[in-house]
Amino acid sequence: MSDQPTTAVDLARNVRDGVAKAVDIVDGYLARIDERDDEINAFNLVLADQARERAAEIDEMVSLGRDPGPLAGVPVGLKDNLCTRGIPTTCSSKILADWKPPYDATVVTRLRDAGAIFVGKTNLDEFAMGSSTENSAFGPTKNPLDTTRVPGGSSGGSAAAVAANFAAVSFGSDTGGSIRQPAALCGVVGVKPTYGAVSRLGLIAFGSSLDQVGPFAHTVRDAAVALETISGHDPGDSTSIQQGPLDLSPTLDLGVAGLRVGRITDLPKGASPDVEERLEAAFDALREAGAEIVDVEMPAFNYGLTAYYLIAPAEASSNLARFDGVRFGMRTPAPDTNSMYTATRTDGFGTEVKRRIMLGTYALSAGYYDAYYGRAQKVRRLIANDFAAAYAKADVLLTPASPTVAFKLGDKASDPLAMYLCDTYTIPSNLTGDPGMSVPFGIGEHGLPVGVQILAPALKDDVMFRAAATLERHMQNHQDQNVSGS
Amino acid sequence: MGGDSLRRVPDVPKISAADVSKVATLARLCLTDDELTTATAELSAMLDHFADIDALDLDGVEPMMQPTPLANVMREDVEGETLDRDEVLGQAPLVEDGRFRVPPILGIQE
Amino acid sequence: MSITYVNDDGYYPSNEEHPRWEHEGYELVVGLEVHVELATRTKLFSSAPNRFGDEPNTNIDPVTLGLPGALPVLNRQAVELAIRLGLALNCTVQKSTFARKNYFYPDMPKAYQISQYDEPINIDGWLDLPDGFRVGIERGHLEEDTGKSTHVGGAGGRIHGSDYSLIDFNRAGVPLVEIVSRPDIRHPEQAKAYVTELRGILVAVGASDAKMEEGSMRVDANVSVRKPGADFNTRCEIKNVNSVRSLGRAIEYEARRQVLLHEAGEPVTQQTRHWDENDGRTHTLRSKEDADDYRYFLEPDLVVVDPGIEWIEAVRAALPVLPSARRAGLAAITGLAANSEAIMVVTDRGHDSFVVDVAKHGGDASITLKHLQQLPEAAGVPAEDVAKLTTMEASGGLTATQAKQVLADMVDAGGGDAEAIATDKGFEAMGNTELESMVDAAIAAQPDAWEKFCAGEGKAMGALVGAIMKASKGQADGKAVTALLNAKKS
Repeated sequence: MSDQPTTAVDLARNVRDGVAKAVDIVDGYLARIDERDDEINAFNLVLADQARERAAEIDEMVSLGRDPGPLAGVPVGLKDNLCTRGIPTTCSSKILADWKPPYDATVVTRLRDAGAIFVGKTNLDEFAMGSSTENSAFGPTKNPLDTTRVPGGSSGGSAAAVAANFAAVSFGSDTGGSIRQPAALCGVVGVKPTYGAVSRLGLIAFGSSLDQVGPFAHTVRDAAVALETISGHDPGDSTSIQQGPLDLSPTLDLGVAGLRVGRITDLPKGASPDVEERLEAAFDALREAGAEIVDVEMPAFNYGLTAYYLIAPAEASSNLARFDGVRFGMRTPAPDTNSMYTATRTDGFGTEVKRRIMLGTYALSAGYYDAYYGRAQKVRRLIANDFAAAYAKADVLLTPASPTVAFKLGDKASDPLAMYLCDTYTIPSNLTGDPGMSVPFGIGEHGLPVGVQILAPALKDDVMFRAAATLERHMQNHQDQNVSGS
Repeated sequence: MGGDSLRRVPDVPKISAADVSKVATLARLCLTDDELTTATAELSAMLDHFADIDALDLDGVEPMMQPTPLANVMREDVEGETLDRDEVLGQAPLVEDGRFRVPPILGIQE
Repeated sequence: MSITYVNDDGYYPSNEEHPRWEHEGYELVVGLEVHVELATRTKLFSSAPNRFGDEPNTNIDPVTLGLPGALPVLNRQAVELAIRLGLALNCTVQKSTFARKNYFYPDMPKAYQISQYDEPINIDGWLDLPDGFRVGIERGHLEEDTGKSTHVGGAGGRIHGSDYSLIDFNRAGVPLVEIVSRPDIRHPEQAKAYVTELRGILVAVGASDAKMEEGSMRVDANVSVRKPGADFNTRCEIKNVNSVRSLGRAIEYEARRQVLLHEAGEPVTQQTRHWDENDGRTHTLRSKEDADDYRYFLEPDLVVVDPGIEWIEAVRAALPVLPSARRAGLAAITGLAANSEAIMVVTDRGHDSFVVDVAKHGGDASITLKHLQQLPEAAGVPAEDVAKLTTMEASGGLTATQAKQVLADMVDAGGGDAEAIATDKGFEAMGNTELESMVDAAIAAQPDAWEKFCAGEGKAMGALVGAIMKASKGQADGKAVTALLNAKKS
């Protein structure tokens, strides 16, 4: 009997079939949260009462013969930068500590309409800036697999929530890897969809041309269903795709026979040996399953970090200017408006946020725009050209998700540049808008999970999921073999 | 990769303390003297690291501002829902007469 | 958006013939930036109502307030109106993008304004003043309006000395088009005529009601002075001009102020100045801490607007006849100059089409025009009736004075037959012999006046004409009298 948690797909089917009650399911998850979240700190806010209420409603609907939706009764965690009406949405920042949005994010509405049950708002690096969730104003989240280590970031809370079975599925945001990297560190599936596939309306913006909302789950199929639920055109988001929801489940099990999988021969160095080994094993697994491995060169890939750390902070410096103490959130009183702005923002923002705001402001400032922001956007074009060339030869690309397994709390906290390097492999696809996902693929150093990243061209999320499903199947077969063959 | 520490200060700082100070003012942030020193060193080291793109030949390369190839996304001129004023004002730091109250607006151009 | 000064005097060669302002050897250079509120139902980037006068903070939504997570979506009708006014101003309508202009101010909810920077929707147009002077239009672009602040505690509701301020965001997000002229204007009267003509065009195409007094049209003037033929000097931007008349006064004051500075060898500081209607001067505003660095960059939340040839041509085909064309039409049928006062006044009132109607019915256009100028209500009389009346007047069957009285009756009655009314009133055309004997009598009665008139003093004619009109009990035709007097003089 497997000790695997029940998948979201199975939970929902059980609820819709009347085989299980949503209130029982939710109680089970809330009990685990109660037991362990003091230690893990995955949640900024647990929504126990609301969850139970909603679960009762779902059960009522089922008993009346109505269908609550594809995520009926599924306990879900929401990253605390997704607006939830009447419920505090803090971005793990002092400046928004008590703010209750007067509206729901589109993602939130779609999930609610699909029958999902929100168990809590999860912790993040403040304003999604970080790779370890140590930049939260409400304390760091611990990796459930080893609480002396980080869960990754910035969506560390959401990743940990799934890893610790506080939620069956959770949602985060990915601007430079903030879903994929924590997914890898926590041993769960994490997806950044094609830019525009999921509405950003109600996602508190960090880097507007880079941000996307995406799911964390234990299985590739769960992630597929979750993403199908939230994706598709939103007239309220001018950058959202002009089509309906992504169609991922039908082709999930088609396998990779004949698929061309790209190996980037000039990938930036720096992944640790255990991660390299798992990546090789992943190439082997796909080859075994019938894929063709092709070599591609992407010289501009190396400049992704630089381009990102000039573009993202620039956009953020503008997006975060609205936090000025006038209309909402924290205000530090001062004798005049200008001083009030300065006092509020100085008090309210953490160190990393201030650092990025200053970097971004500088990159846009008069006389420096061309050298920094302007130049970075041209490098972005070069990276996109490299990806286009690669995708002429390959259907998907395979890279590490994170350069290392989960590192110790405090390890990189005092060295921002070292922290930035965590996102080396994930950043370029944020710049281009292509999808990427991390799939757990075995164990590395210290018995910690390693994630492998699959990248695909824009709107080819289904192909990406196919490759992910193949890798997942491979891991399952291996484990079964280990169990039975020992 | 991996060993690039901020302890290493570049020979010629990429950004001066005066620049950092100006930028902080633009962003409405106040730095103590110590913070200014630290920020100058950190930002300088970062910009030094990011100088790798200086060597690239970017002549004739079109900047890529957005990943989206979309154009002409517009909506019809039809009224939609407005917010409940009480709900909004209830979240405001200071309100008077149905309006947001702020301290005197000085030092700013009208 | 600052104007790029093209030191390219005589931008339109035909402008050379027009009068220029001059003071102490300096000439005037003015460019105007006009912000116009578009007449849409909803705001530029959200569906909150675009309405004036509602309770504070009721026309709000997440986008209007700049709440975290809010995203802009462009209003199609705003684009339509921007295209319309761009074409009416002879602009090229082009593919355009949006940019963020970053600065902190309490009525700026996002601490950035979404505007257009590198690629505005309208470029390279012009506006011809009624007298034919051409003012180039550099660009027109879409941008969102800010909220409104009320200052409490200071004198006269001003910022200076206030205790605190209150912000209403109803106006935040209202669609604006900013129209930037080239610095072609060389006289305060031209500036006034530009704004007046611009308003007429905006109202005619339905883009805006463009009322300066209500704030739906706001005019800022960039003013500098220079020695003729020299390079442009530093300019100042004048704000807070709330009427066409104030615009003229403000430019005049500012130009003289700058001349004084130049003469004294002092530099003119580039700055924004505030026009004070009460004391008739411009004042420097409290200076900013740093020169504005707006850090413009492409708005990542919006995509490019590319109207395409079909949409643009559809708008062009549907454009109404503009005021200048209407005036030209009147000029053609009346023989008067298009910028004559009569044509200007009558067109501005919208009665030009009435004159055209009368002419179609065989009436006299210039006589109709003259009557309409003095009696606007005549436009309510059926055109055929006025046609008959003016025909009678043109052929001498009625004097001008008689015709006026007949017309007044027509207005009261809502129409009528000119002949019948004239007969009722006992009007008969005065024969020429009867008129001539009256003229001779007047000459004989006032020999001094006659002598002066013959010597060339035109004023002396007044006394003679007055006597004749009195003798004829107002029935004499003034023009005929004058003609006779002149004929007898020579």
